[in-house]
Amino acid sequence: MGFFKKIIEGLRKTKQAIGFKLNELFKRGIFDDEFYEELEFILLGADVGSETTENIIEELRERMRRDNVSDTAKAREYLKQILLDILGEEQFEAECPAVVMVSGVNGVGKTTTIGKLANIFVKQKKSVLIAAADTFRAAAGEQLEVWAKRANVRIIKHEEGSDPAAVVFDAVSSAKSRGTDIVLVDTAGRLHNKKNLMEELKKINRVIDREFPEAQRYNLIVLDATTGQNAVSQVDIFNEAIDIDGIVLTKLDGTAKGGVVLTIKDTMDIPVYFVGVGEGIDDLLPFDANSYVEGIL
Amino acid sequence: MALFQNLSDKINHAFSKLTNRGALTELEIKQAMREVRVALLEADVNYTVAKDFIAKVTEKALGEQILKSLTPGQQVIKVVNEQLCELMGSTQSKLAVASKLPTVIMMCGLQGAGKTTMCGKLALHLKKQGKKVLLVADDIYRPAAINQLEIVAGKSGAGFFQMGQINPTKIAVSGVEFARKNGYDTVIIDTAGRLHINEELMAELENIKKAVEVTETLLVVDAMTGQDAVNVAKSFDEALDITGVIITKLDGDTRGGATLSVKAVTGKPIKFCGVGEKMEDLEPFHPDRMASRILGMGDVLTLIEKAQSAIDEEEAKKMAKKLKEASFDLNDFLEQYDKVAQMGNINDLVSMIPGANKLKLGSATIDESQIKRNKCIIQSMTAEERSNPKVLNYSRRKRIAAGSGTTVQDVNKLIKQYEQTKDMMKRFGKSKRLPF
Repeated sequence: MGFFKKIIEGLRKTKQAIGFKLNELFKRGIFDDEFYEELEFILLGADVGSETTENIIEELRERMRRDNVSDTAKAREYLKQILLDILGEEQFEAECPAVVMVSGVNGVGKTTTIGKLANIFVKQKKSVLIAAADTFRAAAGEQLEVWAKRANVRIIKHEEGSDPAAVVFDAVSSAKSRGTDIVLVDTAGRLHNKKNLMEELKKINRVIDREFPEAQRYNLIVLDATTGQNAVSQVDIFNEAIDIDGIVLTKLDGTAKGGVVLTIKDTMDIPVYFVGVGEGIDDLLPFDANSYVEGIL
Repeated sequence: MALFQNLSDKINHAFSKLTNRGALTELEIKQAMREVRVALLEADVNYTVAKDFIAKVTEKALGEQILKSLTPGQQVIKVVNEQLCELMGSTQSKLAVASKLPTVIMMCGLQGAGKTTMCGKLALHLKKQGKKVLLVADDIYRPAAINQLEIVAGKSGAGFFQMGQINPTKIAVSGVEFARKNGYDTVIIDTAGRLHINEELMAELENIKKAVEVTETLLVVDAMTGQDAVNVAKSFDEALDITGVIITKLDGDTRGGATLSVKAVTGKPIKFCGVGEKMEDLEPFHPDRMASRILGMGDVLTLIEKAQSAIDEEEAKKMAKKLKEASFDLNDFLEQYDKVAQMGNINDLVSMIPGANKLKLGSATIDESQIKRNKCIIQSMTAEERSNPKVLNYSRRKRIAAGSGTTVQDVNKLIKQYEQTKDMMKRFGKSKRLPF
């Protein structure tokens, strides 16, 4: 199943669940206050956030006024275009050798994402090494080992409670000597307001920079689509600590839509690179703004 | 990024030009409610829940007399806060006990909500109450979930039961059977994380519930959840008739509006909060704190920083020791009044306290005479009463009131304040982190 189909499939239930009205709304053909209120409901309900929602609606009013639009089908296109303008189009492409570090708060799906990412790169005929730098959570290493086996890639793992920077050091050394294309670094979940844990992450980041300067660096943050406005704070603080390149938006197969990524792109210019749509190894797909917007609306 | 301006500031600002001193008018309320709505939405309260809430508050606030000490804005916030606290329910951290042992607690929720960790925290909590707890590994899907639970069981000193990755209902039944035979009085079943729309997996939970007598079905919800919290909570409640909710990851900086959403759609009590990664990081739910948090009021951090600079290290150490030994008594409380005075302008300090005494005090300067009165009350106590406030029964309170020229109510108020302070200090001392 392709991205489009999967998202539509996933969101079909959402539409039923929250009493989706947008199509009817556009069919009504009247752009009155009720129209905009419903629209607001849809955007807020998708976790877009109140400020961004207000901006989007303002922009839609503006553009429709400017072009004197009265055709309802066109209004939908206008709205879609506004959302697409915000999201932009950026694809993730790794230049090798690369180190991709995956971070985020607890329970967003980092370890699963690493497994799926490994699978994607293997399919691109790249050699991959996983560094199990989540040495904190109970059995995180074992969990990752299962994924490494599924994706058929090597893994470097120390025992629980050891220094994550040391794991990364070993992984980088191994990758350098073997000429591995991509090192995927799994990190422990950490809440962004815990200063010492963010310092630890910075340290891991520094170790990679220092030990593997010739590698391309990519720092991805994993966001749970179920998360609300706190995602803004998450990305903001992780970005401040280690410079985030892009987002992996997970759990899009539920009824949540993760609309907060619009706010994040709008305010911090950090794009979504991948979306997670299930628990299988192939359930990580490159982000396609077009289908995503279709899914929200 | 200045995401959240203090809600009370915003509302007060909206009202700055008004000098209305009669009843709240519709226009005033409407203006204030716009700000409240944004605050709720930014806190991730579900759109529909927020809408209903605002309709309710508007009705309540309409025609309400503005108290002499309050501005219209403050009056509105007061009503909002009261309503929010009421909606949140009370502190109900008691878990039901089955009449026929063992008590079975089933944990359920989405992936990554923190179920497995919470199993360990609950186990430790129950163990401290003298229970013998068995953790049953019923997450047969996520790689290494069983290992994780085993480690968690070890850390919390609970028993552990697993049968590998076979039918979850079978595991649950055998787990309970094992508990019965081996003298465990409480069983906690850790189920796999699942999407509420996954019919097959939801049916699996229903089957477990049919097969074993579940005493408590607890839904674990990530505090950072957004608008979708209502869908999740509703689906789980409809399928499983949950008995309570646990909110996790409240040690983050989220404002946790999902809590209100979940409470509103299920009506089930919120029993505990997870506030950290260690096994002890479990707290009962405090509705008033949650209300302040959702509304974005209070600035505890600044308050603490101020306090840190005012209290010198040695005194702090002394205090920390007292806290550890839980011997923070009314003598210390009396001392605190002097400490607070050292921290600077008392009105600035009050504005930082979440829950906002400011509401009651208005923008006027703080009532210095009240501090004096409180000091009098403590000074009218015997040495024994000061060092062991537990002995303060009604007749003693009456005597103290008479001695200090106050009323029993004043004395009660002071003792309540002392208890709250003690509680708060204990948190700070223990975790070096904000309780909220």
